[in-house]
Amino acid sequence: MSMIKAHHLAVSYGHGEAALKVVKDVSFEVQKGETFGLVGESGCGKSTILGALAGRNKQWTGTLEIDGEEIGQKRTRSQLAKQQLVFQDPFGSIHPRHTIGRTLLEPLEIHGKDRRQERIEKVLTDVGLPLNFRYRYPHQLSGGQRQRVAIARALILEPKILLLDEPTSALDVSIQAEILNLLKDLREREQLTYILVSHDLAVVAHLCDRVAIMQSGGFVEVATRQQLLENTVEHPYTRILMDGSRGYVSERRKSDSAALPA
Amino acid sequence: MANTSDTILTVESMSVEFPTLSGVTTAVRDVSFSVGREKIGIIGESGSGKSTTGRAIMRLQPPQAIVEASRMQFEDIDLLTATEEEMRAIRGRRIAMILQDPKYSLNPVMTVGEQISETVILHERATPKEARSRTLAMLERVNIRDPERVFDLYPHEVSGGMGQRIMISMMLIAQPSLIIADEPTSALDVTVRQQVLSILDDLVVERNIGLIFISHDLNLVRSFCDRVIIMYAGRVVETIAAADLDQAQHPYTRGLLNALPSLDNPKDRLEVLRRDPAWLEN
Amino acid sequence: MAKSGTFSNLHDWLISEEFTSARQARLHSIYLAWLSLLANPLAFAGFAVVFLLVVVAALAPVIAFHDPFTQDFAIALQAPSSVHWFGTDEFGRDVFSRLIYGARTTLYITILVTVIVAPIGFVIGATAGYLGGWVDVVLMRITDIFLSFPSLVLALAFSAALGPGIENAVIAIALTVWPPIARLARAETLTFRHADFVIAAELQGAGTGRILLRHIVPLCAPSIIVRLTLNMSSIILTAAGLGFLGLGAQPPMAEWGAMAASGRQYLLDAWWLTTVPGIAILTVSLAFNLLGDGLRDIMDPRNG
Repeated sequence: MSMIKAHHLAVSYGHGEAALKVVKDVSFEVQKGETFGLVGESGCGKSTILGALAGRNKQWTGTLEIDGEEIGQKRTRSQLAKQQLVFQDPFGSIHPRHTIGRTLLEPLEIHGKDRRQERIEKVLTDVGLPLNFRYRYPHQLSGGQRQRVAIARALILEPKILLLDEPTSALDVSIQAEILNLLKDLREREQLTYILVSHDLAVVAHLCDRVAIMQSGGFVEVATRQQLLENTVEHPYTRILMDGSRGYVSERRKSDSAALPA
Repeated sequence: MANTSDTILTVESMSVEFPTLSGVTTAVRDVSFSVGREKIGIIGESGSGKSTTGRAIMRLQPPQAIVEASRMQFEDIDLLTATEEEMRAIRGRRIAMILQDPKYSLNPVMTVGEQISETVILHERATPKEARSRTLAMLERVNIRDPERVFDLYPHEVSGGMGQRIMISMMLIAQPSLIIADEPTSALDVTVRQQVLSILDDLVVERNIGLIFISHDLNLVRSFCDRVIIMYAGRVVETIAAADLDQAQHPYTRGLLNALPSLDNPKDRLEVLRRDPAWLEN
Repeated sequence: MAKSGTFSNLHDWLISEEFTSARQARLHSIYLAWLSLLANPLAFAGFAVVFLLVVVAALAPVIAFHDPFTQDFAIALQAPSSVHWFGTDEFGRDVFSRLIYGARTTLYITILVTVIVAPIGFVIGATAGYLGGWVDVVLMRITDIFLSFPSLVLALAFSAALGPGIENAVIAIALTVWPPIARLARAETLTFRHADFVIAAELQGAGTGRILLRHIVPLCAPSIIVRLTLNMSSIILTAAGLGFLGLGAQPPMAEWGAMAASGRQYLLDAWWLTTVPGIAILTVSLAFNLLGDGLRDIMDPRNG
C-alpha cells in the first residue's frame, strides 16, 4: 500500500511575475515502511519537495495523497500529525528557552493528547535519552543529543511518516552513525515511512530502498539501493555524485593512468 | 619530487590552553608534527583541536589563549619568538589560510578584483593597469570563466565555490610556501568541491609547497592528502600515510572508519564509536 | 561550620546540571543569573538601590517617623536637623518623610506604566512581526505616528487633555513609552520568525496565539525587560517633569517631581527642598540604568 503519492507535483516561491518554480513536475510513490531518498546539490529542489510534503511550502500544484487521503493546501491537525519533519541543524530546531520536557509537551497540548508524562517518557526512551533530560535546556546538550530530541519531538505525535532533511550532515561521523542506527531501529519498530534528503549518497544508500537523483527541480533518475551498491546507475550525473561521496578524484592521476596504457 | 624531504614547518610538543571561569581548558595537548612539500591532512571531530592547531601556527589564536611549544619553526623563522610585526609579514604571504567561508576572509566593501589587484601591486610593484590584467589572468588560472564580470563583483555576490577560487588566486600571486586550509570545501557541493580541490592540488604540486588540510571528512582527506594526522581531544593519536589509512592501528581511527557509511562496503548497522578513557592518557 | 556546609551543599545542588526536577532546572538558571549579577558590581549596585527603593516604599509608615501630610507653620522651612533629617518644607512638613512616601508614588507610577506598556508593546510588535503583510504596515505606521512626537510633549498634551492627576499621568506616560517597545518586539520577532523551531511548531499545528505566547514571548522577554528597565529612568523623569509642571501628582500627595517644583520658590533660602528630591530622582534613575545594563549582559539570549 502506498503511503505517499505525488502526482505532477510542482512547487514555486513568490507570486506573479517574480514566481520561481523550484520543483518542476515530479511524480513518485512511496510504499508503507519504505525509505525514499532525495539526492542532489544545493538548490536542486530536494528540500522544497520535503517542505511541500510537510505542509511548510503551500504554493504547490498537482496532487498529493498521504496515507490514502488527498491533501489540500490547508491541512487539518490530524493531517499535520501524519508526517513530521526533522531538521538539519539541531542547534536551530529546538526552542532555546524551553526545557526538553516543555518542547515535547508542546505537540501533546496542541493535539489535546492524554497521558502526557507517560508519552514523554516513552519517546525519550525510544530515542535513547535518559529520562531526566526532560529538565534540561538545549544548550546543555550536545549536537547528537539535540538531534535525538528533535527526532523525539517528531515521534511524539505518533506520525506515519518522518521527513528527514539532512538529519546527520551537521554531526560528527561517530554521532552520524548513532543517529543512522537509531533511525533504522525506529523504522523497524514503529513501522515508519521515511523520506530522506541528503547530499551524501553513501548515507542515502545506507538508509534508503530507492532514491531519486535531482537536478534543477526535476528527477534525472530513480535508482534502487541495489543499483547504487552494484554501481549500475544509468545517469552520468548520478555517477558524479557517487564519486563525490567517495572523496576527491585527482585529475592528474586520472590523466596519468589514462596516459599509461597508451 | 626530489624536494619531498624538505621540511617547511616543524611543530614540537605544542599545547594550547584557554583559561575559563572553571579552570584551564586544554584545547591542544603536546602535538608534534612536521610538514614537508606535501599535502597533510588533519582530521578530527568537533572539539578535537584541529582548527585551534591551524590557528596557533599562524599565531591567530584568541588573545586569552596560551600557546606553548618546545619548537615551532617555519623555514627560517622561529614562530615562538617572532614579533607581531614579523608575523604580519608572514601571514598571507608566506603562510596563507583558506577558511570554510571565504566571505570572512574578503573585504566586504571592495570588489574581488580590487582585492586581488591590491595583492598584485603589493607583491609585484605593478601599476594599477598591469595589476588589472594580471588579476584577470589569475582569475582565469583558477578556472573562472568570465573574469571580466567577476572582477567587479563584491564578495557577497559570489558563490562559495567562486569565493574559494578567488582566495586561491590570491595565493597564486603571493606565492606562500605553506597553505593552511580549514574545511575549505565543507560548504560546497560535490561537483564544485571537486573543481576547487583540483585547483588547490595543482597549486601545491606545481609550486612544490606544503598544505595543511583540516577537515572532518575522512574520505576526502584520504583521497586528497598524502599523509593524515588524526586528532582526538586535543591530542595526535596517529599519523599515517593516506594510502594506508585502512591499516590504521589506533582504535579511534578504526572506530571512525567503521562508523562511516560506504557505497563500496555496505553494512546493515554502522559501528558505534566507543570512547576509551585510555585514549586521553599519553 | 554546619551552616556553611548546608550552604555549600545548596550551592552544589544549584550548580549541578544533573537535574531531577523541573524546579531544580529553573532554580539553577535563576542561581546562575544571580551569580553573574554578583560578579558585576555596577549592576549589583543598581539592583541594591532598586531593592532598597522597594523596601522603603513597602515600609514607608515604619521608616517615616513624621506624618508626611501634617502641616505645622511654626516649623516651616527649617534646615536639616536631628529631628527633621532633611528639614521641613514651606508647610512645616517633614521632607524626609515625604521623600519616603514619594518612593511609593514613584514606584506606583513606574510599575503601573510598565504593566500597561509591556503587553501592549509586545502584542502590537510581535503581531506585526509575525503576521507581516498589511497588518505589519498598519500597526507600524500607527507606532511611527506616536514615535514622531517628542515624548515629553506628547505626555504633556495627553495629561493636559485628560486633566491633572496621577492616574492620568500614568496613562499619558504609557502612551509615550509603548512605541519603542513595539518596535523592539517586532525586530526580535522578525529574527525568530523563520527559525526552525517556530516552523516545527507550525507544522505540528500550533496557532498564531500559541506561537506568539509560548514561543516568541520567552525569546523577546529578556530584551524587552532590559529595555523597560532602562526606560524606568525616563518614566521617572517624565513623571517628575509632569509633577513639576503640576500635571502629575496633586498636592498634598508626596511626589519627588512636585516636591522639587514647590521648593523652587525657596531655592535660595531652603536649598534642601529641591536638592533632596532631585538627588533621589537622580539616584533611582541611575540605579535603573545600571541594573538594565547588567540585565542585558545576563539575560540576552545571544549570550546563552
